[in-house]
Order: sequence, then C-alpha cells, then structure tokens
Amino acid sequence: MISAHLSSAQLRRISGTIVCWAGLVIVGSMGLWAQTKDSCMDCHQNLPEPFGVAAEKFTEDIHSQKGLTCASCHGGDPTADDPEKAMSRAAHWKGKIDRHQVPELCASCHANAELMKTYSPSIRVDQFQQYKTSVHGRKWAAGDVKVAVCTDCHSVHDLRSPSDPRSTVHPTNVAATCAHCHADAGYMKSYGIPADQFSSYNRSVHHDAMVVRGDLSAPTCTTCHGNHGAAPPGVESVVNVCSTCHVFQAQLFEKSPHKTAFSKGGFPGCVTCHSNHEIKHPTDEMIGTDSHSVCIRCHTEGDAGYKIAADMKTKLTELDSALTRSNSILGTAERAGMEVGEAKSQASQARDFLLKSRVTIHTLDSAELDRDVTPGLKLAKETFAAGQRALDERRFRRVGLGVSLIAIAIVLLGLRLYIRQIESE
Amino acid sequence: MSLRASLKQWLDERFGWEALTAPLRKKTVPLHRYSYWYFLGGMTLFLFVIQVVTGALLLLYYRPGANEAFESVQFIMTQVQFGWLVRSIHSWSANLMVFTAFAHMFSVLFLKAYRKPRELTWLSGMVLLFLVLGFGFSGYLLPWNTLAYFATKVGTEIPGQIPLIGRPTLIFLRGGEDVTGTTLSRMFGFHVAILPGIATLLIMLHLGLIQWFGISVPPKVENEWKQSPASRREMRFFPNFALRELMAWYVALAALGALAALFPWNLGVKADPFASAPAGIKPEWYFLFMFQSLKLIPAKIIGLDGELLGILSFGALAAVAVLLPFLDRKKPFNTSRWITGAGVLVLTYMVAMTIYGHFAR
Amino acid sequence: MDSQSTAPPPARRRFVELILGTGLIASAVSFLYPILKYLIPPNLPDFGNEAVLAARVSEIKPNQGKIFRFGSKPGLLIEATAGEYYAMSAVCTHLGCTVQYRADLRQVWCACHNGMYDIHGRNISGPPPRPLEALDVQVRGDEIFVRHKAEG
Repeated sequence: MISAHLSSAQLRRISGTIVCWAGLVIVGSMGLWAQTKDSCMDCHQNLPEPFGVAAEKFTEDIHSQKGLTCASCHGGDPTADDPEKAMSRAAHWKGKIDRHQVPELCASCHANAELMKTYSPSIRVDQFQQYKTSVHGRKWAAGDVKVAVCTDCHSVHDLRSPSDPRSTVHPTNVAATCAHCHADAGYMKSYGIPADQFSSYNRSVHHDAMVVRGDLSAPTCTTCHGNHGAAPPGVESVVNVCSTCHVFQAQLFEKSPHKTAFSKGGFPGCVTCHSNHEIKHPTDEMIGTDSHSVCIRCHTEGDAGYKIAADMKTKLTELDSALTRSNSILGTAERAGMEVGEAKSQASQARDFLLKSRVTIHTLDSAELDRDVTPGLKLAKETFAAGQRALDERRFRRVGLGVSLIAIAIVLLGLRLYIRQIESE
Repeated sequence: MSLRASLKQWLDERFGWEALTAPLRKKTVPLHRYSYWYFLGGMTLFLFVIQVVTGALLLLYYRPGANEAFESVQFIMTQVQFGWLVRSIHSWSANLMVFTAFAHMFSVLFLKAYRKPRELTWLSGMVLLFLVLGFGFSGYLLPWNTLAYFATKVGTEIPGQIPLIGRPTLIFLRGGEDVTGTTLSRMFGFHVAILPGIATLLIMLHLGLIQWFGISVPPKVENEWKQSPASRREMRFFPNFALRELMAWYVALAALGALAALFPWNLGVKADPFASAPAGIKPEWYFLFMFQSLKLIPAKIIGLDGELLGILSFGALAAVAVLLPFLDRKKPFNTSRWITGAGVLVLTYMVAMTIYGHFAR
Repeated sequence: MDSQSTAPPPARRRFVELILGTGLIASAVSFLYPILKYLIPPNLPDFGNEAVLAARVSEIKPNQGKIFRFGSKPGLLIEATAGEYYAMSAVCTHLGCTVQYRADLRQVWCACHNGMYDIHGRNISGPPPRPLEALDVQVRGDEIFVRHKAEG
C-alpha cells in the first residue's frame, strides 16, 4: 500500500535505515549480553539456600562489588546456559567448596601481595600465615573439620568489609560471631573448653564500653586473642595483652612483689584479680581484708600482704570519704547560693589524686600510695575549709539581713507613729 | 532658732526657697478606694534610683569586654566585700522595676489617668517603659554568661526579621552580624550612658508634667465627688503622702535585702560562642509572653510568614498603646469601655503567656 | 470625736521621734556599712586579661616544659626548640588531671590515663576528647608572658 505512494529511491532509503538500526540493536545487545551474561546467577538466584544465593544478598558482598563472580571461586563457565556445559570439568567447575578447602581457596588471592595490591595497596596478606599459627589453624591442619575457617567468621556471599557495622567481624559483632561456636556447650565439649566466655564478656566493663558507650576501641575477643592468629594468651603473656591499653597498671605490677609471686605460682597477672572475660568495673571493695576483697583469696591474717592490703584500703577509704565530705559541703554551699566555683575546681583536682591512687595500688607499696593519697587529703581538707567558709559567710549574710530588717522595722514603726502623730494634730 | 529653721532661712535668702517650694507644699493626692495604686509610680522611680546607685557601684569593678566581663562579675561576687549584695540587689531591683513599671502603666490605663490633658505624660511614660525594657535587655548581656549570650542572640534575631528595617536594626543592636565582644561593648554603652541619659530627661519631663497637672482622679470617683462634693477627700503630699511613700520604699528596701541575701543572683557559666545553645533557652520573664507567643504562632498564616506577623502584631499593639490617649474619645462612640476591655484582655494574655512560657519545655 | 486638735504630750512626741530617729540611723548604717566596705578594693592580684609571667627565658631550655599558675588553673609552657614557645591550659580535657611535657616523646602527656597531646595542645591519642586550650605567648626581654587568646 505504502509503496504505491513512494518512489523506489525513497523506498531504498527507508529500508536501508531500518536494516542499519536493526543491525545495531542486535549487535549491541549481543555485546552487552556477552558482558553481563552470568548463567550461574540466572538460575541459582532463584534456588533456595544452600543451593542458591539471592541476588540482593550477593550485591552486598564486597567481592561482588569488586567485580568478582561466582566463577571466581567456584569455577565453571558463566557464559554457558547449559548446566552441563556451565558446571563441567572442562570449565574447571569446583562445585560446593568443602569446608576444609576454604582457607587455601581464600588464600589463593588474599595471600597474593601483587594481586591484593591492585585492590587495596595497604591491605594485609598474612592472614593465612597467621591462621596457621592459631589454635583454629593448627587443628585445621590436623584435619579437624569443626574448627573455624574463613567463612565461619567472615560469612560468605554477603561478606562485608570489617568496617561495615553490618559485617560479622565489625568490632561490635565480633563477640557474637565467636559465640556461634564458643558459646555452644555441646559443640565445645569435645575440646574440653568451657562455653561461658560470651555470657561473661557480656557482663564486663569492656562490653559496656563497646556496646553501651559506643567506644569501638574497647576490647572484644579478637583484641586480646588475636583474630587470624587466635590463641589464648599464655600465663606469662596475659600482662602484655592487658598492658597494651592499661599501661601504668602493668608497669607498676611488673615492679611489684606480685610479679615474681605470680610467676612462681603459675598465676596470670591481671586476670588473677580482675578475671579475664567477666571483667567488672573495679571498686575499692576489691582491695582490703573484708569478705569482698580479692586479697584474702591468697593472704591470711598476719602475713605481710594482708597488712599491706588493710593499710591500702584504709588510705583509699580515707581519701574517698574526705572527698565526699568536701563535695557535700561545697554542694550545700552552692545550693544556698554561695559562689564556690574555685573550690569546686580544686576539689576535682583532689579527685585526680584518688584516681591516681587507684592505679598506684598495683605497686603494693604503701609508701608509693602515700605519695598520691597525702596530697589528695591535703587538697580535700582545703576545699572542705573553703566550703565551711562559704557556709559561715552565708550565716553572716543572714545575720546581717536580720539586723537590717530590724532597723527597717523600727523605721516603719517610727514612721507610722509619726504619721499618726502629725495627723492627729 | 532650730537647725531646720536656720537652714530654711539660708536657702530662702539665696534661692527664694519658700516661693520655690510653695507649689509643692500645696500639692495634694486624691483619696479614694483606688488611691493605693498611686504608689506605683513613685516605687518605680525609687527602684530606678536604686539601680543608678548600685549600677554606679558595680561600674567601679565591672570590666566590659568578652575576655574580662564574666571574670569581673565573678570577682565582684566572690572577692569584693559585699559585692554579692550590690550585684544581687541590682539584678533583683531590675526585675522588680520592670514589674512596677508595667503595673504602673496598667493602673494608669484602668484608672484612665491618660485622658486629656495628660496625653504627654502617658506618651513619656510609655517611652520610659520601653526604655526600662531596653535597660533590662542591655544589662542582661553584661555578665557575659551562656544564658545571657544566647538570650541576646535570640532577642536580636527577632527584630531582625522585620522587612526593610529589620536587618539594619539587627546590625545596629549587635554591632555586627553576630553577637560578639562588640555587641557587649555596645550594650554596655547603651546600658550605662545612652539609656540613662535619655531616661533621666524623660523622667524629669514626666515628673514635671505630673506636677503641672496634679494627680488624676478616676472618672467614676470624679462623678461621685461631683454628686456629693463633701465626700471629696484630698491628702497633702508633703508630708503625709510622702511619709507613706517613704514607708513603702523602706518595705521595698527590706524586700530587696531579703531577696539578695536569700537568693543571690546566679553567676552562670562563661559564654562560649562556639558551644551550641543549651536546650530550652528562654528570655527573662518580662519578654516571655512575646517569646512564647512567637513559638506558638503557626509557620504560615494565610500565606504570610507567621513569626513576622507575630512581631508586627506586637509592634502594632505597642503603637496602639502609645496612642491610647488619642483613641479615648466620646464621639463617634464612647471608646472608654473598649479600652478597659482591651486592657483586661491584654493583661490577661500577657500574664497567661508568661506563666505558660515559664512552665513550657 | 472631739473637734479640738490635741497635741500629743511631749513625752509621747519624744518617744516617737526617738524611735524614728533610731530607726533611720540604724537603717542608714546598715545600708552605708556594706557600701563603704564595697568601695575598699580587695587586696588581690588582678584577675583579668593581664598576662601572667610564666617563666623567664633564662630558666627554661629547649625541649622543656614548665607548669605555671594561670588564674586559678595550671598552665603549661613549652619551649619546643630554641625561641619557639607554646603555652596551653594544663588541665586535661579527659578528667581534669594536670598534664606534663615529656621531653623524651616531645609531646604533652597526661599521667592519669595516658592521654597524649602534641606541642600545640591537640589531642592525638588516648582518652582526651578535645585539645588543650591554647594560650598566647609574648616574650618581652627575658620574661615570657602568657595570656588568654584575644577573641577572634
């Protein structure tokens, strides 16, 4: 019909244009198709786990984001639609990776410095090396299939960077990740390890710092045990672990009589008094000779340590109550409207000495403790005196007010009488 | 001759003292059931004098300037003998004076003392009221603590929103774009020199006008006295009313002393311009009704900016208030009742908003 | 009521005058006493923006720090290299302990919880959440003066 109205030249032009465009579309889509063809995902995203992986899940995976595909780890031919061809020997298809083969598979890239440099120039490449020194790694090498391998901690197919808060190895999630196995009493039975560390840790001050205060530098399992080279610290090296943050206490402990005593008895430093997982916020109750103290676990009445414990407790209590008294009177004065700003800042300096004393006790040396307690007591005494002076001033003001009010009352009386007098005239 | 008599003679020989003070000796105060309200004006004047005296004393130790202001007030409160007393009296008396100034204004309104011929007295009084608020606003910044800093920030922001004149006003008040040490210098200048100068002149005018016209009698009482002239009662100002006023002033002194000793004024924390405003920042109570109103106004009213409308409304209200004597007329219709009604409404609103603003979070 | 005005008896009159007089004098004294006391300046060193003499050039050496009294708080003066001085508040921003200069580390250190600051007072490691307040240093001859930074 159309041809009846168009000349042959025009017809040729039109059909030529159509052919060109069609060709472009076909070739173009072929090219595109060739690039994004992922026959693995085409089928497996629709299969339920563990046979498949949802596409949304896999896009979260850092490997997927860096351009790796199913074939990068599992082998096979993602361009082939035919499962026989896609998952064939010829295509080097590995299938489901056996647990035992995971570490070496991951290490095939992650231990390759040249390769990893292209993704992240400063990323570490010794994880597998470290793993082999760990308890997990050694057992793995001996053929144990229950111990953790890379994917147990880092997850698989939705593996995130450790700095991602949703990652299983983000500091806030590490303890829960370890707890998958280590809090399972049945699972750990064959190794003879208790399974209460996670619940203990959750009651600790370190957990509080991390989870409640949001301090990401607070210790979690891997901080003390290491991550890839995970191993419980030996008795002699516990102090080194704690001392990475608690520097002073460790230094003072090293110089104290406890150092040699603990070594001889095979007691770990720090942990003996403070526990390892359920580390509670230390209080003055821990020191001394009453039922709550840790000292009486070893020391008995009459021995040198017992005397020192009692002495240190007395000193700490003395300073603490002096500060409390001082703060109390300053608070009273302030609420009464007196200006005690200067005394209050001095009182907080006095508190510094109390804080220092609680560190100095690790020397177990009364003379050393005195060096912090005595100036603290002196300052507390001064600030208390300032508070008393403020209250005295308050009394003076009230007396003064009373006097002036009496004088004014007399004037008012006098005026009234005077007015009456002149008006009766 | 007694000391008093010889003194009088000395003054009379040089200044014609007797003739000069004759009108004062004739001055009377009408006595009726509303006479107690007459104390308010004098009370405001007395408190102003207290402010001048305590203010001058504070000036001996206060240092304006962001680096020293807070420290100087701290010095006064803690190191200067009775510095706490002088400063606390100054702060309490300021608040009391704002209260008595408003009370005096409302009592004049309800007792209709603004009517002809006293229009100028009312006018000068209204300007004095605004000056008192200006004193309160400028003085509040001087200790340079956090509350004062942010109150000034918000307080200068609000007039800044008025179209055309708003921004120049803001720059004028702040001495710049932001509240800085320059603002402090400026407020200090307003507070200790400019406002006192203007206020002194206006007070003299206000007092002179009162002397000239005598004390006004409310219309209701005036009618009663017209009907039975024998019921008219007057009291001599000197010495009778003056002595009573002196009693009132002594009571005020007692109140100020008690407030200063029992509730000394807070020092606060030194202002830090980089810190964020503390939550729930509010102006002093006498600005609270405006502040709370502006908070409650919806963002947009018939397409116009709500807050701006609020500010302009307050401005319009102030203008109406200033022009009140000219609005009180008998023809075309008696506006007197309307004015009383409006006064009750405005007063109720102000009190209610102040209470609301105090308790609102 | 008796229309004749009655002058009060002289004794009564005197009594009233006595009361009024006593009251007026007493109240005047109770007002003037504080005012006069107020006028007497307190015998104290100036508090204000005056510079404080922190140290003498001759008594402080390069790579050395000195704690000095600044108002009611401690201040720290550091001579980093010859003639290069830094001054800052010595109140640690963590829990208020007094910091010190560590010549071996060339940094400012807080003994309480191992907080570290650089020689400008910036917090670089450990618990301190904010830098130490920096102060102005002025060297006049042999004297090193420290004052609050002028408002920017």
